[in-house]
Amino acid sequence: MQRSAIKAWFVVHKWTSLVCTLFLLLLCLTGLPLIFGHEIGHLTGADPEIPAAPADARIRNLDAQVQTALQHFPGNVPLFVGWDPDAPLMYVNTGARSDTPAPQMQTVLLNTVSGEQVPAPQFNEGVMYFLYRLHTDLFLGLPGLLFMGAMGLLFVVAIVSGLVLYGPFMRKQRFGTLRTGRSRRLAWLDLHNVIGIITLGWALVVGLTGAINTLAKPLEQAWQTQQLGEFAARYAGQPKPTQLASLQAAVDTARAAEPDMRPAFVSFPGTGYSGDHHYGVFMQGDSPVTERLYRPVLIDAQTGALTAQPQLPTYMTVLLLSQPLHFGDYGKLPLKILWALMDLLTIAVLISGLYLWFKRGSTATRVAEIERAQTQEVA
Amino acid sequence: MKSPFIAPAWITLASLIGLVSALLGDGLFDLVSWVIFSGLIALFVRAWIKRDRR
Repeated sequence: MQRSAIKAWFVVHKWTSLVCTLFLLLLCLTGLPLIFGHEIGHLTGADPEIPAAPADARIRNLDAQVQTALQHFPGNVPLFVGWDPDAPLMYVNTGARSDTPAPQMQTVLLNTVSGEQVPAPQFNEGVMYFLYRLHTDLFLGLPGLLFMGAMGLLFVVAIVSGLVLYGPFMRKQRFGTLRTGRSRRLAWLDLHNVIGIITLGWALVVGLTGAINTLAKPLEQAWQTQQLGEFAARYAGQPKPTQLASLQAAVDTARAAEPDMRPAFVSFPGTGYSGDHHYGVFMQGDSPVTERLYRPVLIDAQTGALTAQPQLPTYMTVLLLSQPLHFGDYGKLPLKILWALMDLLTIAVLISGLYLWFKRGSTATRVAEIERAQTQEVA
Repeated sequence: MKSPFIAPAWITLASLIGLVSALLGDGLFDLVSWVIFSGLIALFVRAWIKRDRR
């Protein structure tokens, strides 16, 4: 590689890495407990474990469930209901207004059979929620999300430029060379190269999908405007419904429309997921892929009639598939443990990169070092 | 000497297979993911054990 090319890639790698490293360290550290969020939730009681219901158990009417939830928060309106696919458990999110943002929602967990409230802390409180907000938006809302997305993209550029520089460094070395007996700087450099390459594919995908996930809000809004707006236009000029049709009937209608799927969650009118005149019954499959690719079924919230079953647009499909690839929550506990180990290795790459920057010489010295490595072993 | 990019190319390909596999199904698909990512961790452990201390 020519000296000018090495210098250009070196400068790109140095600055993209430097700008994003501290934020990446924050993401890796806060991401570590989030990988095990489900398990930690079980241990702390935030995610209660209740025994499976008997096969012939009669599921309580959904309208009664919502009424029970509202009794706990008088004056609130229902926003979302959703089901735990592995337990007879459902949540009812409520809020003061139909457009209440997530941090201000109040949730009730209910047994789907008995209708009893299952004691659990609010999802938007506690240490795990603090770590989640720190990980996703730094408590800054959309600007924070987009900022973290930009850091994710810088991370991807840093990985690609690092890979380009890996070539000349390793031209005369075997893969996996780790020389710890010479200078401390060479040991850290080899460690940075070895771990950087081992985590290359994983870090690229996790970084890229993390950046895509930060676009969730704008993408959902685009979907609302484009696709759901088309159905909402049929109701233009009509007042918002004051008396809602039966939720149970709406879910039954959706089940009949998508008999091979199960309801994952329902959005109430005005929540931003199904316009002002519809229940959005979001159906899911039961395979690792199809349980994430929701199929919305829009039910008229006043008449209970089925309005539409729109296909998700491609960008929403990409978004929904990006989520598991970022969270690593789709391959059971062994994959979560391996995910955490890859996360720890990435932390090692970041720290070794920082060490190399602190022990840097001039850019010219580093470029000369890479040039030498192309033709001879680094001393 | 072989191109230094051969190992990164294989590692990236294996990582992508490992990432997608568990998403496609359970059982054997999960197992493929676990084996691939265990292999990647093992690569680091091997490099550390075989490090040149001279």
